[in-house]
Amino acid sequence: MINSRFFNRSELLGFLSLLLLLAVILPLFLDVFRLNLVAKYLTYAFVALGLVMCWGYGGILSLGQGVFFGLGGYCMAMFLKLEASSVANTKIQSTPGIPDFMDWNQITALPMFWKPFHSLTLTIIAILVVPTLLAFIIGAAMFKRRVGGVYFAIITQAIAAIATILIIGQQGYTGGINGMTDLRTLNGWDIRTDHAKVILYFFEVFVLFACIITAQFIRLTKLGRILVAMREQEDRVRFSGYSVANFKIFAFCAAAMFAAIGGAMFTLQIGFMSPSFVGIVPSIEMVIYTAVGGRMSIFGAVYGTLLVNYAKTMLSESFPELWLFGLGGLFIAVVLFFPNGLSGIWRDHVARHIDRLIAMRSSKSKKAWAIKSAADGAPAE
Amino acid sequence: MFGDYSIGDLGAIFAMQGFAGLILFSVYVLMALGLAIIFGQMGVINMAHGEFMILGAYVTWLTSSFFQSHLPSLFSGYFFVAMILAFIASGALGMLVEWGLIRHLYKRPLDTLLATWGLSLILQQAYRSVFGAREVGVELPQWMMGSKQVTDTIEVPINGIFVMVLTLGITMVVAYIMYKSRWGRQVRAVVQNRVMAGAVGINTEKVDRYTFGLGCGIAGIAGSAFTMIGSTGPTSGQLYIVDTFLVVVFGGAASLFGTIASAFTISQAQSTMEFFMSGSMAKVLTLLTIVAILMIRPQGLFALKVRK
Repeated sequence: MINSRFFNRSELLGFLSLLLLLAVILPLFLDVFRLNLVAKYLTYAFVALGLVMCWGYGGILSLGQGVFFGLGGYCMAMFLKLEASSVANTKIQSTPGIPDFMDWNQITALPMFWKPFHSLTLTIIAILVVPTLLAFIIGAAMFKRRVGGVYFAIITQAIAAIATILIIGQQGYTGGINGMTDLRTLNGWDIRTDHAKVILYFFEVFVLFACIITAQFIRLTKLGRILVAMREQEDRVRFSGYSVANFKIFAFCAAAMFAAIGGAMFTLQIGFMSPSFVGIVPSIEMVIYTAVGGRMSIFGAVYGTLLVNYAKTMLSESFPELWLFGLGGLFIAVVLFFPNGLSGIWRDHVARHIDRLIAMRSSKSKKAWAIKSAADGAPAE
Repeated sequence: MFGDYSIGDLGAIFAMQGFAGLILFSVYVLMALGLAIIFGQMGVINMAHGEFMILGAYVTWLTSSFFQSHLPSLFSGYFFVAMILAFIASGALGMLVEWGLIRHLYKRPLDTLLATWGLSLILQQAYRSVFGAREVGVELPQWMMGSKQVTDTIEVPINGIFVMVLTLGITMVVAYIMYKSRWGRQVRAVVQNRVMAGAVGINTEKVDRYTFGLGCGIAGIAGSAFTMIGSTGPTSGQLYIVDTFLVVVFGGAASLFGTIASAFTISQAQSTMEFFMSGSMAKVLTLLTIVAILMIRPQGLFALKVRK
C-alpha cells in the first residue's frame, strides 16, 4: 500500500528510518527497562500525532489533550482493574469482587458505568468512542459558535482542570489521587513480565505506525488540504461553501481518538493510570512535544516526543532541579526561534544539503517548500 | 439540602459563606485585573501571571521578615511598604519579560501562551531554588488579627475586611488609570487600532511595555494581599491561573466591569456551594457552569462592541 504517491521520496525515507529505529535498533540495543521507558514515551507520541493534525494542520490549539489521554487510559485501567479484583483475589474485602478502592470508600456494589468494562470488546469500543464523543460534544458546542483560537485553548484547559478535580474528588469511583494501581492481567495474560513488555512494545509500535499512516492518509485527502486552508484563511474557506465547523470538529475528534489510544497503551505499558496524566500540566507538556518535533510534521511529532521525554528522564535522574529550567527554556526557545521545531531545522539545514547531494529535487518543489515554510512561521488565527 | 437548617441558621450560613466568597472575590479581582489588562487590552495570554503574583507574595514575606528583625517598632505598617515593593518588583520583571519575550510574539497569540508557560516553569523552579519548596507564611501585624462580631452567629475576620478594602481601592485606581488618565486613553487607542495610534504619535512600543508592566505589577499587589489570607509556595500561582483566565473570559475580555462582575458571580457561587457539598464538587460545578455559559455566549457577560 506504500506507493510513491502516498509518500513522496523524503517522507518514505522518514517513514522507513523511523520504522528501523523503533522496530529494530531500539529493541536490539536497549534492555527491557529502557525499552519500557521508550514505550512510555511513545504513548505520548500518539497524542503528539493528534496534535499535529488538530493544531499543526487545523490551527486548533487544544490544551486538554490530557483529558482524552486519561479517558482512554482509564477505560483500559477499568477493564484491567475489574479483572484484577476477581472474587478470589479480593476475599478479604467486606464486598469481594469489586475494586479495592471502592471497598475502602464504603461502596458495596459495582456502579453501573463500570459494568461494561467486564468485556474486552466493549472496553476497546469505549476507548475509541467515549473520548471521541466527548471531543465531538466540546467541538460541536464551540466551533459551531465560532469559538476558536485563544478562547478554545483556555476552555479546553478549564476542562482539563475539571476532569482532574472530578477524578480526585470521586475517589470511590475512580481511585482518587492514587489512580488505578495494581493492574495485573489482560484476559489472563500477565502484563507485568519482561516478555509481555517486549510484546506490548512491538504491538504499540505497530499501532503507532497504523496511526501514522492514517494521519498521512488524512493529510493527503482533500480533507487535509481544507484543514490547512482553514488554518490560513478561515473566512475564505467558509465563503467557498465549506462548513468550517465540521472540519474543525473532525480534526479535534481525530486528535482525541489518537490521544485515547495512546492513553490505553500507557495503561498497558506502565500498569497504572492516575489523574497526574490528565490535568493541565501534562496536557500542556504534550503540546510542547509536538512543538519541539514540529507542529507540521507527522514524523517530527514522534521524534520530538522521544527527544523531550528522553531529556526529561536524563535530566531529572541526574539534575532534578535543572529539568524545569530546561523544559521552560525549551518552550521559549521553540516558540521564539524554531516555530517549526525539529522538522523545520531538518528541512532548512539538513535536508537541503542532502538534496543537493542527490540533486534530484526540481527547483519548482523547492520554491513550494519555501513558500510553505514562510507561511508556517505565522499561522493565522 | 436545606432541610436540616432553620431559617435563621440559613441566613447566617449565607452571610458567612457570602463573606468567605467576598474574600475569594477579592483575590480573583486582584488577579484578574492584571490579567484583564494584559489579555483583554493587549491580547497576550500570560500563563506566568500566577508566578508574577507569587513574586509579590515572596517580596511581602521578605519585607515582613526584614521589618521583624530590623525595624520591629514599625512592624504594624510593613504591609504598605511591602505592597509598593511587590508592585515594583513584579512590574519591573513584567517589563523585562515584555522586552525580552512578549514583544516578538504579538502576532502569534497562541505562541505567547506556550512561551509564557515556559516562563512560568522557569520562575517556579527559581522560587523553589531560592526560597525552598516549603510554603512560607507571613506574620500578621496585631491589628489585622482576630475577627469582628457582627451578630451572635455572624463574625467576619479582620484580615478579610482589609483585603476587601484594598481590592476596592486598587480597582478604583486601575479604573481611573484606564478610563480617565491620558495614558489609559493611549492604551485603549493602541488596542483598538495600533497603526493609527502610532500614526498620531503614540509610542506604541512604550505603551505596550508599560501596560504589561502595570498588569504584572497589579499581580504583585495581588500576591501581597494573598499573603494576608494564605501561605505561599512556589506553585501556589498555578492553582489560580485557570480560574483567573475563566474569570476574565467569562466577564468579557475587554471589559473591566465585566471582570469584576464575573469574579463576584464565580466566587459567590463557589463559596455558597462549598458549604453544601464537598469543595471539589463545588469547584467542578462552578467551572462546568462557566464553560457551559461560555459555549452559549462565547463573548462573555459584557462584550465591548467594536467594529472589527
